[in-house]
Amino acid sequence: MKKKFRKLISRTEFYIALVFLALCLLIQLRSGQFFTPNNIVDILSALVVPGIFAVGAFMVIISGGFDVSFPALASLTSFVTTKVLLDAGWQGGVWLPFLIALVLGALLGAFNGLFIGYFELPAMIVTLGSSSFFKGLMQGALNSKQLAVIPVGMRSFGTSALFVAKNVESGLTSRMPTTFLVLAGVLLVTWFLLNRTMFGRGIYAIGGNPVSAHRAGFNVRRTRFLLLVYVGMISALAGLCRVCMMQQMHPTNMLGMEMNVIAGVVLGGTAIIGGAGTLFGCMLGTGLIVLVENSMILIGIPTVWKDAFVGALIVIGTGISAFQVNRARRAGLRNVRKGAAL
Amino acid sequence: MNALLKFYRRDRHISRLVIMLAGWLIFMAITCFDKFFSIRNFPTIASVIPEYGLMSLGAMVCMITGGIDLSGVGIANLTSITMALFMKSLPDETGYVTPWMVPLVLLMAILCGLCAGAVNGTLISKVKIPPILATLGINQLLTGIAMVITNGPAVQNIPPVYSSMINNKLLKVVPGKRGTVSGLIPVQLLIFVAVVLLIWFLMARTSYGKKLYMIGTNENVARYSGLKVDRMLIKTYAMSGACAALGGMIMLANYSSARADYGSQYTLQCILIVVLGGVSPTGGRGKISGVMLAIVLLSLLEAGINRFPQISSYYITMIWGAVLLLVMVLNYFAENPIRKRR
Repeated sequence: MKKKFRKLISRTEFYIALVFLALCLLIQLRSGQFFTPNNIVDILSALVVPGIFAVGAFMVIISGGFDVSFPALASLTSFVTTKVLLDAGWQGGVWLPFLIALVLGALLGAFNGLFIGYFELPAMIVTLGSSSFFKGLMQGALNSKQLAVIPVGMRSFGTSALFVAKNVESGLTSRMPTTFLVLAGVLLVTWFLLNRTMFGRGIYAIGGNPVSAHRAGFNVRRTRFLLLVYVGMISALAGLCRVCMMQQMHPTNMLGMEMNVIAGVVLGGTAIIGGAGTLFGCMLGTGLIVLVENSMILIGIPTVWKDAFVGALIVIGTGISAFQVNRARRAGLRNVRKGAAL
Repeated sequence: MNALLKFYRRDRHISRLVIMLAGWLIFMAITCFDKFFSIRNFPTIASVIPEYGLMSLGAMVCMITGGIDLSGVGIANLTSITMALFMKSLPDETGYVTPWMVPLVLLMAILCGLCAGAVNGTLISKVKIPPILATLGINQLLTGIAMVITNGPAVQNIPPVYSSMINNKLLKVVPGKRGTVSGLIPVQLLIFVAVVLLIWFLMARTSYGKKLYMIGTNENVARYSGLKVDRMLIKTYAMSGACAALGGMIMLANYSSARADYGSQYTLQCILIVVLGGVSPTGGRGKISGVMLAIVLLSLLEAGINRFPQISSYYITMIWGAVLLLVMVLNYFAENPIRKRR
C-alpha cells in the first residue's frame, strides 16, 4: 500500500490531476457555474478536436520528435474531402467523408514519414517544412476559400447528439456531440497499439534510444514511417470532426493550434526527449489547457490574457517536468557513485 | 575548368547555393528582365531583408549551439510595441521630437531583446527545458503580453521622425515617380550589415565563436573541457534576442505601426533560412556566409514570384516548404553516398 502510494506521488500525472482538480474547485468557487451538467458537457465537447490532435502529437513526441504539421495536414485533408463531396453532390452517409479523409491523411502522413523515417531528418524541421508546404498547397494550388455549406451527411453527423445535458437553474442545455465517440475510438485503438503490440513498444524503444532499438531488432525506419502514417490518419479525423462540429469549412482557423496541443501533451508528463509518457497523462494535460481556455471567462479574466496564460503554463509545466527529469538523473548518478564506492 | 571544380569542392553547400541563386537570376532575366533587374527594385528588396535577416542571424547562432530559437517573432513584436508606446509618449505640445531619440530607442530595444533572450538562455541552461519548448513557450507568453498591452489592434501614429530616419535611403541616384529622386541604399540595410559584420567577427575571430561550435558539436565534452557552457548559452540566446528586437524595430519602421501578430510567418522562415544556409540542425556546423546567401536567395525568390501577378502569393509558402525539404534531402544524399549506406 505504502509502496503504491509512493509510486503514485512520484508520477507527473498525479500532480497534473491535483492542479486540474484545484482549478475546477477554484472556478466553482468563483462562479458557482463549473459543476453544472451543461458546463461539463461543453468542456468535454471542446476537448474532442484538441484531444484527437493530442494523441497524434503524443505518439510523435514519444518516438523522440516533434510534429508541428498536424493542423495544416488536417486543414488540407478536410478541405479536400469537403470540396470533393460538395462538387460531387454527395447525399449519403458520413462514412465516405471519413474514408476519404483517412486515405488522404495516410498519404500526407506518408509524405512526412518518408522524410523522417527513411531520410532520418529531424522531425521538427521536416514538419515545419511540410506544414508550410501543405498550407501553400491548400491556399495556393487549390485556392481554398471558406465553405459555408457542408454535405448533408456531415452536417447531420455534426449536429447529432449522444445525449443532451440541461442546467436546471439557468435552463441552458448542451449537446454531447457524437464526434466524442471518435475521440473515444482513437484513444482505444491507440492504447491498444501502444501497449499491446510490438509496433507500440517499438515507438517507446525508439524514443528511448534509436540505436539500442535498432540493435534490439526493431526496424527503426519502418516504425517511424508507419507511426507518421498513423498520426496523419488521426489528424485527418480530427480535422473532419472539427468541420462537422462547426458546420462549415474554414481553411485557416485550425492553423496555430499545434503549440497549445503540444503544450498539453508535455504538461501531461510526456518526456520531452521521448521514450516515456502515458495516454492518460496526455489527456489530462490537454484537458487542463482546454479547461483554462474555456473557463477564463467564468473566473473573470478577460480573454486577451489567453495567450499569455497558456504561454506561462507551457514554461512552468515544462520547467517542472525538466526539473524532475534532472533530479531523477542526478539521483541515478548518485546511486552509481555509491555502488562504485562499495 | 579544374579551378572551377576545385572552387566547387571547397564548400559544396555554398557552391550549391550560388548555383541555385545564379539559376534563379538567369530565369528571371529571361522571363522579365526589365522589371526585375531595375535599379528601383533593389532598394525595395533591400529594405525588407533586414526584418527577417536579423532574426535569422539570431536563430543561426542558437542553432550552431545545437539549440533552436523560435521566440524571435514574439520578442520582436513585444519590443516594437513597447517602444512604439514609449515614442508616442515623447512629443511635447508642439509635437516635436528630437532626432537624437532614435538611437536611444534602438539601444533600449536592444536591451529589451537582451533581457528576453537571457530569460530563454536561463530556462534552457539552468532549468534544462529543451530549447524548442522553452523558446516556443516564451514566444507564446510574449505574444500574449503584447496582446494584453494592445488589446489586439495595431499601435499607430508613432512620431514620423522615427520612420523617416530608419526608412531613409542614402545615395540619391534612383529616379522616382514624378521626377523625384530616391536613394539606393536603405538605412535598414546598413543596420543589418553592421550586425552581420559584428556577428561574423564574433564567430570567426574570437574565442567565443570557437567555443560556440564546440558546444554544438558535443556539449558534454565542452563542459568537461572547462567551458562555462551555461553562461555561454545565456549569452548566445541573449544575443539572438537582441537581433530579434532590432528586427522588430525595423518592422516598426517599415509598417509605421506595431501589432502583436505581425510577421508570424517569420518563425518558419528563419528556421528555413538557417537550415538552407547549411547550418546543421543538430549543431556544431554552419557558416554565416551560407546563411547570408540563403537570405539573399529567399528574398530574390519572393521578389521574383511577386513579379508574376497570375501566381498567388500563397504559393510562396509552398515553395519555401518544398525548398527546405529538398535541401535537407540533398544534404542527406551528399553526406551519405549510396554505397556507404547500410
